[in-house]
Amino acid sequence: MIDRDEVLHVARLARLALSEDELEPMARELSAVLDHIAKLNELELDDVAPTSHVVEVTGGLRPDEPRKSLPREVALAGAPAVSGDGFLVPSPQA
Amino acid sequence: MSPADILALSVREAAKAIDAGSLSRGELFETYRARAAADRSSATDGLNCFTWVAGEAPIEDAPAPLGGVPLAVKDLFCTEGVPSQSGSRILEGYLPPYTASAVSRLYGAGATLLAKTNQDEFAMGSSTENSAFGAVRNPWDRERVPGGSSGGSAAAVAAGLAPWALGTDTGGSIRQPAALCGIVGLKPTYGSVSRYGMIAFASSLDQAGPLTRDVGDAALMLRHMLGRDDRDATSLQFPEEIVAPAAERLDGVTLGVPEELTGEGIEAGVLESFRATIELAKELGAELHTVHLPHAPHALSAYYVLAPAECSSNLARFDGVRYGYRAPEAGDLLEMYTRTRHDGFGAEVKRRIMLGTFALSSGYYDAYYGRAQRVRTKIAEDFRAAFSAVDLIVTPTAPTVAFRLGEKTGDPLAMYLNDYCTVPMSLAGIPAISIPSGLSGGLPVGFQIAGPAFSENRLLDAAHALERAIGFDAGAARV
Repeated sequence: MIDRDEVLHVARLARLALSEDELEPMARELSAVLDHIAKLNELELDDVAPTSHVVEVTGGLRPDEPRKSLPREVALAGAPAVSGDGFLVPSPQA
Repeated sequence: MSPADILALSVREAAKAIDAGSLSRGELFETYRARAAADRSSATDGLNCFTWVAGEAPIEDAPAPLGGVPLAVKDLFCTEGVPSQSGSRILEGYLPPYTASAVSRLYGAGATLLAKTNQDEFAMGSSTENSAFGAVRNPWDRERVPGGSSGGSAAAVAAGLAPWALGTDTGGSIRQPAALCGIVGLKPTYGSVSRYGMIAFASSLDQAGPLTRDVGDAALMLRHMLGRDDRDATSLQFPEEIVAPAAERLDGVTLGVPEELTGEGIEAGVLESFRATIELAKELGAELHTVHLPHAPHALSAYYVLAPAECSSNLARFDGVRYGYRAPEAGDLLEMYTRTRHDGFGAEVKRRIMLGTFALSSGYYDAYYGRAQRVRTKIAEDFRAAFSAVDLIVTPTAPTVAFRLGEKTGDPLAMYLNDYCTVPMSLAGIPAISIPSGLSGGLPVGFQIAGPAFSENRLLDAAHALERAIGFDAGAARV
């Protein structure tokens, strides 16, 4: 089970604001899914290696040669706010 | 050719007609463009398949294998200068500066962009009700869902609003909507199609593939989108060329029926269609065996740890800085991030980000993410063992036919169960195709065939032989 305080903690980690009336439903829905997932505890898995990816990629290196990147103005074109040649954001400590 | 004649053509036939000069590219494009645009402009009484439709027929140019055939592309593929929003408010109006590799390859073979298709937000969903641009309706019954997350692609092909469409499958997002809309959907072997330019959901599972009217068209699209791409380090060189499927019999083919995915939890009408198709396969010469995938019943639990964990990481990039939506008038940087994500993401996406963040957080990582990764290993081992005894594995694609709009939106777990038969193959990275096997209560049922990694040619051949024998009539869905 996951409670209201835990929801707030996880939301902080996820950089996600949740309004007061979203907390209780979120706690309930996450708990229901986690209960279902708890069935995995029935399995004996101690000697099993984890799989993070089905494709084994080893030594996937390419020659380190300079290549053209997106032109600055193209990279900035979709930004909500721009200042000069960079992305504009609010101050971290307003 | 009359519009009705044009609509009756498969992509192979249309490309051939263009090549022979009996159909012009402009005529073909305009026939579909007009139909797609009409659906788009009548979003309230249409199917709401599209988030963008091309404005005019492209200029005719050099001969190409796909002959200028129009292509509908799921919204989450980046298409240069064309809105690519992954069904999300947080990317509303986003115009990418580049085009996804899978789409570029199809352009290179002569395909032309017709439309972008509606989808569940960031491909999270099984009904296409989680789109910021409204739910998609099923052309077989407008009060029902088309499945998801590639629901716009599936509904558009079924309704004859696009000759074929590109989708993506993370846990069943090509196969399940194909099943619910009565068309063909193929999830290729993981890594065989480049993920470059696909707006990511769960990178170790996401795979692009075709949604088409028939098996032959699925093979044709796959043939032109495969291959190693330097911009996706997990992409692989496919070991052989995809050939046009031609099999009419299944002599010498052994099919495995996994007990775990063909019993409990599958509705009666779906099982009936599945069993009838098995009988057809026997008549075509196939040998049927019962096989066991003992960990398959745990696949869904593992998936709903792994996919949210990967999504919580991938979706960290949506922070209001570089593209898309930004919440106005935030006091400081942190507030800008948290409010942008609060306003920009829909309920299901928030739920999965929270679930994934929790599963990766300190104190829970081993219990959730670690265990799920180990279950993934067992599932892949189950398939390897099964494929030592049989050539291909067959199951129903989805446990039910298309359900009513709103029926499962209040219960995330009930929605997740749609992926019960498709998620095991996703976790193992193996290819699987869904073909229509008949109707149950007037709604299409999907039959899934899965094979070992890189067995696409064998898979397509078996699907082709069955498709001929089934003789499914999709005409009722055309609008």
